[in-house]
Amino acid sequence: MMHTDYPVEAGDFTRAGEASADIKRRLRQLGVSTELLRRVAVASYELELNIVIHSVGGQLSLEVDSQCVRLSSSDRGPGIVDVAQAMREGYSTANDEARSMGFGAGMGLPNMRRNADVFTIDSVPGRGTDIQMLFELA
Amino acid sequence: MRISELITLLDARVLAEGNKADITCGYSCDLLSLVMGRGREGMAWVTVQTHLNVIAVASLGEMACVILPEGIVMEPPILDKAREEGITVLSSPKTAFAICGLMHQQGIPPA
Repeated sequence: MMHTDYPVEAGDFTRAGEASADIKRRLRQLGVSTELLRRVAVASYELELNIVIHSVGGQLSLEVDSQCVRLSSSDRGPGIVDVAQAMREGYSTANDEARSMGFGAGMGLPNMRRNADVFTIDSVPGRGTDIQMLFELA
Repeated sequence: MRISELITLLDARVLAEGNKADITCGYSCDLLSLVMGRGREGMAWVTVQTHLNVIAVASLGEMACVILPEGIVMEPPILDKAREEGITVLSSPKTAFAICGLMHQQGIPPA
């Protein structure tokens, strides 16, 4: 059983991706297959960037046991008013700075849902957003 | 195709040398989320984006190289990160359209 937490700062584009790189490194050391590594890497990067771009800050967590890899995030707000709309491909509320860097394609949440075996999102406007993803091992 | 052959094909300058020798497929896009979904091991990715997250996306996607068109370059700290992550960065005087055309003509498959 492994459990690691990564704090993620809002708007910090220079460190964005570091948590995902560490997650990938750890899973590779555990001997996770290349294809699963790729799926987890896509999902964790999107999760990490969502906190950087859309939240006021939060954290990412990695848990691994003999059955599965669990990726989760929890942020401190502002929360999503219409989750169904946020889940639609191409819909994004990213600001101009993020868009100028090539983010804000509206593919973040859809990419997560596509790559995870189980995806759940809970959001309370004014409170924050929690996302959980499960990836089955073998 | 070997990266060394790609350099000649595209008349490219090596801005950072990585650790993969072969290209498996090609792709061109500047929206990182689309690239993330497409990323394949050994991919050659053509983009005009030059910031740090380009290297993060290339590395997480196990790509072989990033190709900057129209003589675009990256800042030294970004290139340092590329070397650290083993990603080759090339700068070609050709347009993204011409680069993709040449790669396609040489039989490099789409991602």
